Amino acid sequence: MLTIKNLQAKVAEKQILNGIDLKVNAGEVHAIMGPNGSGKSTLASVLSGREDFEVTEGSIDFKGKNLLELSPEDRAREGIFMAFQYPVEIPGVSTINFMKTALNQIREYRGLPSLDAVSFLQLMKERMNLVEIDQSLLSRALNEGFSGGEKKRNEIFQMAMLEPRLAILDETDSGLDIDALRIVANGVNKLRNKNNAIIVVTHYQRLLDYIVPDFVHVLYNGKIVKSGTKDLALELEAKGYDWIKNEVAVA
Amino acid sequence: MSKDNQVLEEITSKEYEHGWNVNLEADEAPKGLNEDTVRFISAKKGEPEWLLEWRLKAFSLWEKMTEPQWANVNHPPINYQEIIYYSAPKKKVTLGGLDEVDPELIKTFEKLGISITEQKRLTGVAVDAVIDSVSVATTFKDKLGELGIIFCSFSEAVREHPDLIKKYLGSVVPINDNYFAALNSAVFSDGSFCYIPKGVKCPMELSTYFRINAANTGQFERTLIIADEGSYVSYLEGCTAPMRDENQLHAAVVELYTMKDAEIKYSTVQNWYPGDKNGKGGIYNFVTKRGLCAGDHSKISWTQVETGSAITWKYPSCILKGDYSVGEFYSVAVTNNYQQADTGTKMIHIGKNTRSRIVSKGISAGKSQNSYRGQVHVMKRASNARNHSQCDSLLMGDQCGAHTFPYIDVENNSARIEHEATTSKIGEDQIFYCLQRGISEEAAVALIVNGYAKEVLNQLPMEFAVEAQKLLALTLEGSVG
Amino acid sequence: MNSTITHKDLTDEVVASFQEATFGEATLNREKAIQFLKKNGLPSTKHEEYRFAPITKSLERNFTWRNEVSPSSIKSIDEFLIPSLDAYVLVFVNGAYSTNLSVVNNLPGGVKVKTLSEAFEHEKEIIDQYFDKLVASEADSFAALNSAFWQEGIFIHVPENISVEKPLLILHINDAHQTQVIAHTRILAVIENNSSLNVIEKFDSIGNNPVFNTLSEEFVVGEHASLEYCKTQNDDRLHQVANTVIHQSNSSQVNTFTLTLQGKVIRNNFNITIDGEHCESHFYGLYLLNGSTLADNHTVVDHRKANSFSNELYKGIMDGNSKGVFNGKIFVRPHAQKTNAFQSNRNIIISDSATVNTKPQLEIWADDVKCSHGCTTGQLDEEAMFYLRSRGISESIAKAMLLYAFAADVLTPIKNEALKSYLDGLIAERLHTHF
Repeated sequence: MLTIKNLQAKVAEKQILNGIDLKVNAGEVHAIMGPNGSGKSTLASVLSGREDFEVTEGSIDFKGKNLLELSPEDRAREGIFMAFQYPVEIPGVSTINFMKTALNQIREYRGLPSLDAVSFLQLMKERMNLVEIDQSLLSRALNEGFSGGEKKRNEIFQMAMLEPRLAILDETDSGLDIDALRIVANGVNKLRNKNNAIIVVTHYQRLLDYIVPDFVHVLYNGKIVKSGTKDLALELEAKGYDWIKNEVAVA
Repeated sequence: MSKDNQVLEEITSKEYEHGWNVNLEADEAPKGLNEDTVRFISAKKGEPEWLLEWRLKAFSLWEKMTEPQWANVNHPPINYQEIIYYSAPKKKVTLGGLDEVDPELIKTFEKLGISITEQKRLTGVAVDAVIDSVSVATTFKDKLGELGIIFCSFSEAVREHPDLIKKYLGSVVPINDNYFAALNSAVFSDGSFCYIPKGVKCPMELSTYFRINAANTGQFERTLIIADEGSYVSYLEGCTAPMRDENQLHAAVVELYTMKDAEIKYSTVQNWYPGDKNGKGGIYNFVTKRGLCAGDHSKISWTQVETGSAITWKYPSCILKGDYSVGEFYSVAVTNNYQQADTGTKMIHIGKNTRSRIVSKGISAGKSQNSYRGQVHVMKRASNARNHSQCDSLLMGDQCGAHTFPYIDVENNSARIEHEATTSKIGEDQIFYCLQRGISEEAAVALIVNGYAKEVLNQLPMEFAVEAQKLLALTLEGSVG
Repeated sequence: MNSTITHKDLTDEVVASFQEATFGEATLNREKAIQFLKKNGLPSTKHEEYRFAPITKSLERNFTWRNEVSPSSIKSIDEFLIPSLDAYVLVFVNGAYSTNLSVVNNLPGGVKVKTLSEAFEHEKEIIDQYFDKLVASEADSFAALNSAFWQEGIFIHVPENISVEKPLLILHINDAHQTQVIAHTRILAVIENNSSLNVIEKFDSIGNNPVFNTLSEEFVVGEHASLEYCKTQNDDRLHQVANTVIHQSNSSQVNTFTLTLQGKVIRNNFNITIDGEHCESHFYGLYLLNGSTLADNHTVVDHRKANSFSNELYKGIMDGNSKGVFNGKIFVRPHAQKTNAFQSNRNIIISDSATVNTKPQLEIWADDVKCSHGCTTGQLDEEAMFYLRSRGISESIAKAMLLYAFAADVLTPIKNEALKSYLDGLIAERLHTHF
């Protein structure tokens, strides 16, 4: 589904990614771990099409299309969903209106008719339950005055609404207490199926207790320096990132 | 209330510590201003014909202009015919080092607590000392000379580097720019000149201490600093004036010119005599300061701590002509008693991707009026211009005023301009917290005010920052509102 | 500021055009105003307060000065009404009050709404007390112009303890089918203690000749009284200088909203004197400009007494060749301690040739106050744009959504639902049709 080859990228003249190779198939969950500043969030940003990041080398193929040529909205319409680490607050735009616009624009792109108000509300009610989010929250302006946990739940709610092929969860666990973490993880797990894939970007192993990955990759200095199964995450948790750093230094 | 008044009383009754006279015999021009005065000054300084013509042109323009009325200041009309436009210390000296400087001068600096010797020993600051309009001592010249840096009095520059003067004098502040700039152009006495050649980072901070000394002497300084491509200089200007009953006019012009990749950092600490507690006397400080970022990626940064003068009228500005050029203005202005300050900056964005930053901290106490007046102008072709302005006012007591007059004019749709202003007072809880920790009220105020002004003070070179902190505390001791 | 730069010829012409006229009312005030006008003239753009508003120049170019009411053939006001708004309707046509078109029935007991000419005859006491006392006819030339030559006006009096539930809709209709229209209208509203009033003003022109209107309005708000005020300027022929002056007493409440969508040159001078303690006031404004409209909002919030609160928010979106100007002054006078005064001005420039000039101004003479102003000019938040796009929303729709959210925010304080939905519709229409 997703093939990243030798991806190199920089932001404001600073080289961050130094040649990433990654292949993600439908039905898989990949975890990307690494110490602070290793390039995890940059990778997520490049995938979602943030303009401040300049890709200098390499390619990203998504379902046979060159992802790098697509605008952020077309990436979303092709099925890429980014759950932001810091979801932006947008005063004056209600989540409901926002979701309706997004959903219908994506449907239009895919040649589907717009959802009418009734079916939209029906869908919304159904998906709200998945992430245990309250309707009153969704009537408010997007993320405005939301707590950290509410913002993350709102991200997963949107994921449930848009049913992406590839979801990227960027540090979704940061700032969540244990209950919120469980709710968010449950929501994600309910959305997992054989047709979609998930990339979980995280610093800690904690989230991976709930969203169990098929593969774990360790990012360091803008490169994937080690890949393995979920056991690798446990090993990292036990030994810390210095272990990886030393290994890289020795190599 | 009574406690506050008492504290205010104490503070306002404090005498100006820097008020004394130095016994240097002056060589004065007759009172008044006409073409002959201009000719007298020019002749006295042995200037070339072109400069006399330039002065005369400025004078004829000045005659047709009227004193600006828009500033938020009040003063009795200035009688320009009552002012002595030129006065030079009689001892004509050419000095190679500090040991040759008039000991009287050294004492003067020591009274200020900023002795040249001390500075020279501790910090390696080169000082071009100016007393009553004529540059008396220039030190470190040789060392700077090795790097090709020219740092000398303006008169000397006219003699030794006429091409540079001819090319750049008035290039940033044209003679008809404003009333006071025109006046300065006609009668400027002396000042400093500085040229940093291509690629040279000036290894030390260059410094001038201005003093206004003889009674009734208008001081008309002229400073010109040119930073050639890729060069850097940090320049310090400090001013004190002894106590006088009659108001003294000061109308300086400072021009900064940066070429491609060059940077000038210009810092001022001004503590001229502010007048007594009844508002009698004090300096009128009407200064034109402007920098031109002529080259791409050039930068000009103004930092000022204004604690003195009866009236301050001063807007150090940046013309951001080069693409990617940067202008900065950091200011602390403190007014007490009957002082009036109308100060701020202009950031004129002309080039693409230009950035500017304004941080202004006004502190008013007593019966003073403190105004910030600034303009951010984004011209039509200045795409992607950025500005952030922060203007804060602190009021101490209910007799003073704080005013903010920002003009924001945007002609390009890619600009991002943010302006914020707040007004506050020192919280009683803040003071109480300090008291509870055993800090005196005066020290607490000094502490809090310094904290309030920190963003600006941090921009000053170390030795200046210390002096500035002392001045802030001195001006405001006890003025808790 | 001291030097008023005059357009002498035009001023003379204007004054001369009224030479033959006889005015029944306020003769003394008129004479004073004429003297001021003769002395100071109409302001050019060299006048500090009119730096960006070349009104005088535009008047010179587009109008000929005659003292006459332009003819009109308006028979119905239906097209100018606000849908489903239940209101008393007062109608001016070309500056003259139209009794036929106005609908002012069943006013609550004691409430008086009449023409100023009638009031001068029958309400002498109140007129003497308030008329022409607030408006700056000795400081501003256009206020003086209005005070000198106003043709007709409305007098509104709400006695103590009366709440006027239905809004008063004042329609200023200019019929420029046959000739140019020059109209100088006036409003005086006195809301006594514990009473409330809701006023909505709307400006519309028909026909193709130019329209110039000066409007001077004085609102006196008593203790514990409240005023809701809304003005919409959506008239592409209009040259206008509106002087709106509000005087607040203890514990009064004022909410205002000014919406400017169209016009040639629009200047709103909006002065609020908070001359009482424990007042609460919200002043909101929105200018959505395109074409070559110039809208200049000058506001003054003058805190004269302690313990009051004011909050001012003006937003603007400039497209086409339009020019947005905002000048907001906050004064906190000595002894007005514990004042909370906030001001915010936010601007977005859409097109290459639109401009914005803003000058937020704080003048504080009291130390125990909380005051701030903020002012931004920029584009839409890039983070927000990216967020919307990353959910599959196209750039143009994302932009329209954010612009609408930015603008509609200012409608928050409007309580009347019919009015709110009308204004919301105007904003949505402008932003959607345009982007």
